Amino acid sequence: MEHLINLFVRSIFVDNMIFAFFLGMCSYLAVSKNVKTALGLGVAVTFVLLITVPVDYLLQVHVLDPLDLSYLSFILFIAIIAGIVQIVEMFVERFSPSLYASLGIFLPLIAVNCAIMGASLFMQQRIQMDPTVNTQAIANVWDALVYALGSGIGWLLAIVGLAAIREKMAYTDVPKPLQGLGITFITVGLMAMAFMCFSGLKL
Amino acid sequence: MSKLFSKANKEALTGPLNLNNPVVVQVLGICSALAVTSQLKPAIVMGLSVTIITAFSNLVISLIRNTIPNRIRIIVQLVVVAALVTIVAQVLKAFAYDVSVQLSVYVGLIITNCILMGRLEAFAMMNGPWESFLDGIGNGVGYAMVLVIVGFVRELLGSGCLFGFQVVPQCLYDWGYMNNGMMTMPAMSLIIVGCVLWVHRSINKENK
Repeated sequence: MEHLINLFVRSIFVDNMIFAFFLGMCSYLAVSKNVKTALGLGVAVTFVLLITVPVDYLLQVHVLDPLDLSYLSFILFIAIIAGIVQIVEMFVERFSPSLYASLGIFLPLIAVNCAIMGASLFMQQRIQMDPTVNTQAIANVWDALVYALGSGIGWLLAIVGLAAIREKMAYTDVPKPLQGLGITFITVGLMAMAFMCFSGLKL
Repeated sequence: MSKLFSKANKEALTGPLNLNNPVVVQVLGICSALAVTSQLKPAIVMGLSVTIITAFSNLVISLIRNTIPNRIRIIVQLVVVAALVTIVAQVLKAFAYDVSVQLSVYVGLIITNCILMGRLEAFAMMNGPWESFLDGIGNGVGYAMVLVIVGFVRELLGSGCLFGFQVVPQCLYDWGYMNNGMMTMPAMSLIIVGCVLWVHRSINKENK
């Protein structure tokens, strides 16, 4: 239990997808113009992570490792992600048309969001770690689930935070060539510095 | 030969280097551009890998573009890219193991690099193989260029080295010069890319 809580908190604050690894940066910069859509995308990413990471974990441990096929992992992981995003898209369209309409094009684009693929690849690296020594280790499917949830919430937190700042920033006087993306990069840099102070966090 | 390098083809090759740069103008493929640039060597290897993969995936997709059913094209593109990335990752592991360890998951993440998907969707699906190949090389080099600039600044100021060799002379340290440890932190790469964007935009504004 202690390990799970530790993993959860670490994946939100210390190993934050955006601020520590820059994963999912493209949609992060493109969709962070207002808080409401940012929140919707964050929830969708968290949801897709929650399904894909445990499925990829089971695939890695029960299929790829015994058959010694781990060099095929890139192709299989991306196929699973694309497939699951397609299924999620159909479910959302069927059961919640309003959410489907508000997410629009970003729902299918989650398939090429690096945060999803990145979480699966980090999970693959962490399987080999020793859980008694390393707090980042992922030893069973529950660890994978908690890691996915934490990473998703970390991403959600980052995108909602940036969207809120950008909403306020619309009224400020920024030098002309720096307007738009330039200042956004620098803002994200400052946010990343703020998040660096979590790096000594120990539970 | 003159047909191979017609004006339109030259445009496809050189446009992405400056006015249509994939990183600073179209803002694609930022994730890896930020993450691998704390030193110059992984930045160059990453730029080279992306160039090769973009060029060849553009070529392959453009060759089979008329046979791909429109509804499943994204999956077909992803599989082609994933196969190429797997090859590059295995080659890196075999011939440049230390760099491949440094790049860790970011080699695999080339699959989801938006530059690739963007070029495949916007260019290779509509143009012939040779143009697509040139477009791939142009975009890859444009991406590599930004990586090299950021990697150069971060390694020089962060550890006083280039390619791992000491370039800041010892006497400067004796006078009290210090490495800026902040530069090796992930946060600074964002700020440097922001500054590159700033410089690029202010120069291009004067050109117009």
